[in-house]
Amino acid sequence: MSAPAALEIRGLKKSFGPAEIIRGVDLVVPKGERHAVIGPNGAGKSTLFNLISGLLVPTSGEVVLNGARISGRPAFEINRRGLSRSFQVTNIFPRMSVFENIRCGVLWSANQKYAFWRGVQSAAGVAERTEKVLDEIGLTDRREVLAGVLTYAEQRALEIGITVAGGAEVILLDEPTAGMSRHETDRAVGLIRRISEGRTLMIVEHDMGVVFGLADRISVLVYGEIVATGPPAEIRASAKVKEAYLGEEAHA
Amino acid sequence: MSDTTASNSRSGETIRANPRSSALRAAGPWLLSAAALVALPFIFRSDTYLTVMSLMGIAIVFALSYNMMLGQTGMLSFGHAVYYGLGAYFVVHGMNWAIATRAPIPLPLMPLVGGIAGLGFAVIFGWLSTKRSGTTFSMISLGLAELVGSSSLILRTFFGGEEGITTNRTKLLRLTDWSFGSQFQMYYLIAAWCLISAVVMYALTRTPFGRMCNAVRENPERAQFVGYNPQVVRYIAFCLSGFFAGIAGALAGINFELANANLFGAAQSGTVLLATFIGGIGTFVGPVLGAVLVSYLQVMLSDITEVWQLYFGLMFIAVVMFAPGGLAGLVQMHAPVVRAGVIGRLMPSYLMAIVPALLLLLGVVMLIEMTVQLAVKQSEGPAMKLFGIGFNANQPWPWLLMVVLLASAYALFRLVSPRLSAAWDSARVTAAERGIVI
Ligand SMILES: Nc1ncnc2c1ncn2[C@@H]1O[C@H](COP(=O)(O)OP(=O)(O)OP(=O)(O)O)[C@@H](O)[C@H]1O
Ligand SMILES: [Mg+2]
Repeated sequence: MSAPAALEIRGLKKSFGPAEIIRGVDLVVPKGERHAVIGPNGAGKSTLFNLISGLLVPTSGEVVLNGARISGRPAFEINRRGLSRSFQVTNIFPRMSVFENIRCGVLWSANQKYAFWRGVQSAAGVAERTEKVLDEIGLTDRREVLAGVLTYAEQRALEIGITVAGGAEVILLDEPTAGMSRHETDRAVGLIRRISEGRTLMIVEHDMGVVFGLADRISVLVYGEIVATGPPAEIRASAKVKEAYLGEEAHA
Repeated sequence: MSDTTASNSRSGETIRANPRSSALRAAGPWLLSAAALVALPFIFRSDTYLTVMSLMGIAIVFALSYNMMLGQTGMLSFGHAVYYGLGAYFVVHGMNWAIATRAPIPLPLMPLVGGIAGLGFAVIFGWLSTKRSGTTFSMISLGLAELVGSSSLILRTFFGGEEGITTNRTKLLRLTDWSFGSQFQMYYLIAAWCLISAVVMYALTRTPFGRMCNAVRENPERAQFVGYNPQVVRYIAFCLSGFFAGIAGALAGINFELANANLFGAAQSGTVLLATFIGGIGTFVGPVLGAVLVSYLQVMLSDITEVWQLYFGLMFIAVVMFAPGGLAGLVQMHAPVVRAGVIGRLMPSYLMAIVPALLLLLGVVMLIEMTVQLAVKQSEGPAMKLFGIGFNANQPWPWLLMVVLLASAYALFRLVSPRLSAAWDSARVTAAERGIVI
């Protein structure tokens, strides 16, 4: 136990009014792990991501990033500390070009901050980094198009692009392949594999093919609690998981 | 209302291969503008023109500063004249102080005093108001305008009560033999500041901060997840906007040699909103067009009708409803049609639309002016003149004519509009075949 884990969640709880949605989550994600979170609709997966990324403040418990407590900190500060997330519902800058969208993801990490005294063109490394991300997500040809008029699959790719543009060490992806065709999903999985190389990834995903192909470990979240965590083979074999979750899938 | 950012990055990045031509491209429009600003007084020589053009220059700076918030950052302020008016007051006080103490400050530098005043108050008021966005921000801006407006009535020594305070712009230190006493010289002072301010405000849109203004306008939540605090972005935009509003106000103060409470009144805040919106908030040049048009109409319309504000209101509503991108948006909408070489197809139906448009205008003018004659100017009796034709507003036939005009305008529009949309469709198809998206 030398280096701290990338992400450590301790006794995390969140209530909306009387409804307790996250009911005590404990989870340790070591550096470099690809960790999938699965669970039925409404289990609280997105809420968990919202708590980690600072969109929501936990009712109790804490989230620790690389040994430093981040829960309760504002979202932009958590992002600056190296945790970046994507959204289940596409969340981009619609009336800006694809290029601009990605560049917005690059600027802070390139130490541009709120600079209004120098041109964005002259900022060292920003254009190169933006180009590289555009290339990675396969949108180089679409760079001048307004993000709002991209196809759905392109917008999902852009969503991932914005998320990874700043080079965060810990990446959270919320259902990146939802609503995609088989072919588009395969491309997206390739992309996720590439961008998560050498980083820590947490991914919420309903597509079991994607989950079992990608994840080093899987956590099963049911009704606000993690009922099992383990490598894919173990999760697949677990009777508890089958009953709580995979069983439901089989019925559907 | 497609955005400028797409085309900006196009001119910025893709022609990076040849930096010299890109620099020329960037400087070209500015050099042209500078040349035009220098040449204008030699084309429009009369004092009236010089006065109007001076007002336009001031209005351009003010509208551009307003659009830093509205168009660029998505902040709708109802109290922007606060910084304009304070800029005017501080420059007039500053000038009077410089005259009294013989301080060696030449007039051309004085607008900076207004800018710093605008900035200073924006730093204070913005601290409060930019914590919130959307409707709350707008409401706070309105409240602050009320606050400053009412303080002006209390702090009479500073604000000079009803009359305001006056100054004399010719009494400052002179570096050349220009005293700035004539409107001709004053025009050039305003033109110079207008150009400098416009260049700087344009440059601001192309900085990391400027880009994040757009991002915060588009999606403040997402901006947080790329490391930016939207409140800070809004605050900086607010402060810089206050600075340029202060410059504009200072130019007004110097131009009129007067600062009074009208300068930061609600009407002033309303006018800049109107001008900016009519010009178009989606592009950088939109507010310039709006400022020019509104200043011109203000002078021209107020000469020929007492209810010119009513016409402004109607124009504003028409723009909001039918051309939300403003004048610049209309131009932008036609740019790809021109590039595709199919603008000719729209022309016949546009020409046809002129007829009902004129009928509509005539009908509306009659309706407004006759109503005003009967309802507002009762004491003058029903006799009135419109377009050189005298008639009595209490007779039925002018009202009948008005109804006929409006009805035929409506009928003709209904006839023309399917042709117009068919023309647009055909232009769109051909443009798409030529690889241009409309
Ligand atoms: N801001 C909120 N206020 C009140 N209830 C909320 C809020 N956010 C989420 N919930 C509730 O919390 C529960 C969990 O929602 P969440 O979106 O986290 O589920 P999920 O596991 O991501 O589901 P899905 O697979 O459908 O995306 C739901 O019942 C939802 O209605
Ligand atoms: Mg979800």
